[in-house]
Amino acid sequence: MVAKQAKPRDLSVVLSGWRLDNPVIPASGTFGFGREFQEFYDINILGTFSFKGTTREARFGNPTPRIAECKAGMINAVGLQNPGIDAVIAEELPRLRSFFHKPVIANISGFSIEEYAYCCERIDREDCVGLIEVNVSCPNVRHGGMSFGTSPDCAAEVTRAVKAVTTKPVYIKLSPNVTDIVAIARACEEAGADGVCLINTMLGMRIDVARRKPVIANVMGGFSGDAVFPVALRMVYQVARACRIPVIGCGGVSSARDVIEMMMAGATAVEVGAANLKNPYICKEIIEALPEEMERLGIERLSDIIGCVE
Amino acid sequence: MYKKGIYTLRSNEPLTPAVWRMVLEGDTQWISAPGQFVNIAIDGLYLRRPISVCDWDEGTITLIYKVVGEGTRRMAAMLPGESLDLLTGLGNGFDVTKCGQRALLVGGGVGVPPLYNLAKRLLAEQREVTVVLGFNTASEIFCREEFETLGCRVIVATADGSAGVRGFVTDAVRTCGVVCDYFYACGPLPMLRALSDAVPCSGQLSFEERMGCGFGACMGCSCKTKYGNKRICREGPVLTKEEIIW
Repeated sequence: MVAKQAKPRDLSVVLSGWRLDNPVIPASGTFGFGREFQEFYDINILGTFSFKGTTREARFGNPTPRIAECKAGMINAVGLQNPGIDAVIAEELPRLRSFFHKPVIANISGFSIEEYAYCCERIDREDCVGLIEVNVSCPNVRHGGMSFGTSPDCAAEVTRAVKAVTTKPVYIKLSPNVTDIVAIARACEEAGADGVCLINTMLGMRIDVARRKPVIANVMGGFSGDAVFPVALRMVYQVARACRIPVIGCGGVSSARDVIEMMMAGATAVEVGAANLKNPYICKEIIEALPEEMERLGIERLSDIIGCVE
Repeated sequence: MYKKGIYTLRSNEPLTPAVWRMVLEGDTQWISAPGQFVNIAIDGLYLRRPISVCDWDEGTITLIYKVVGEGTRRMAAMLPGESLDLLTGLGNGFDVTKCGQRALLVGGGVGVPPLYNLAKRLLAEQREVTVVLGFNTASEIFCREEFETLGCRVIVATADGSAGVRGFVTDAVRTCGVVCDYFYACGPLPMLRALSDAVPCSGQLSFEERMGCGFGACMGCSCKTKYGNKRICREGPVLTKEEIIW
């Protein structure tokens, strides 16, 4: 008996000319700068990953507690803790290059148009950055990103400012905490964005009923995890149909099936966020499970299914 | 180094009405220091539960945990033979090399367990070990005999005076003529702070914080120290007295 030879499966996808071996991308804020996960497995199997949201200055973020558990998810109010763009370029990226041999996604955040432009101009010179993901949606910062991502005009303004200072592809990471995410995605596209990534976390809250106080010191935070998947999928579907630029799907993804579902909804690549925190091997397991899942579903080339649902 | 593994329950028994001891069988090679913790995945709950390691050997891990919420309630309901998914080797742990000849170990409530393997190691290094254990009341006392069997001097304090010294661990340290040139502590934040003020020598203190991942990725448990930001799960949970910003 000869075992039935499985057909080779093509997992590769292309984001603005950048060919990824597979569509699986750990999401910003759940993967640091890769080091913590390199101890679990060789992260070179990933499509790529999106590094920790970086600002001009170093930030500690919000006071603790800044994590709350929920049914099928979690809330975080970390508040963009990061070492600042200078330390990222001087320390994190050289360290990353020693063990990760693919381009990385640079996740950039800011509190003003000038800060976004400054950070993107700095990161533009880094060869190991494959594309820039601009976070206009982090709900944790009182005077920050939220306002840019909730208005089409502001999102477009950030997009234009960033596009003016970089030749790298620019993807805008969108907030779901808006009335019409399609209008914001379209505004980014018209302003020159090369792609969009959605969704960021949903604004949420928990109360410690014994203490009669919010669990999170900052009161509210970003809700993510399995529970947000249907919302994220719906928004990816809406945006992918309304825009011509590629969509990176993100939100509640924790299995190869979820990846395929996101791609059928219109995502070209798929980010995995909170699931990395519970199971640090989740992205490896998803990548390993994809060929079998593709075979079961009769998919030879993963990129064939992008947006196949009408 | 830390790794994920599947562990089998050998035993799971109550030591007091609220505190349980669980012995797990599996790979322990990633645990390198007393005061490190494991992060336990529990079916149906989104985040793992960080629990300090009480003791370990080549094939077993002993955890002592207090039932305080849904996660620990489910742990207490588990039976021998069942299995759990653990991340092991997490956190920095206590550094025994910094200790002088006379060590003071202070634990409050469920802060007591990680001191057990620490005491073993210090005794193996020929140190004199005094252990002060603080509880609310006599019925909550656990691990006293275990420390005595190791060969430690053990002092118990209870807040209501139902056993040992009446009052807090700081009262016991003051009234019992404890002499030390280095201390280690784990317990509630007010206890750690009071102790740090009361004991003149240097020491190491183990802290708690709500964690997302337990291995340094999510930045959920960060704290500020005199030497910069640290993650309780990674550069902690043990901090030195000198670096803490109260």
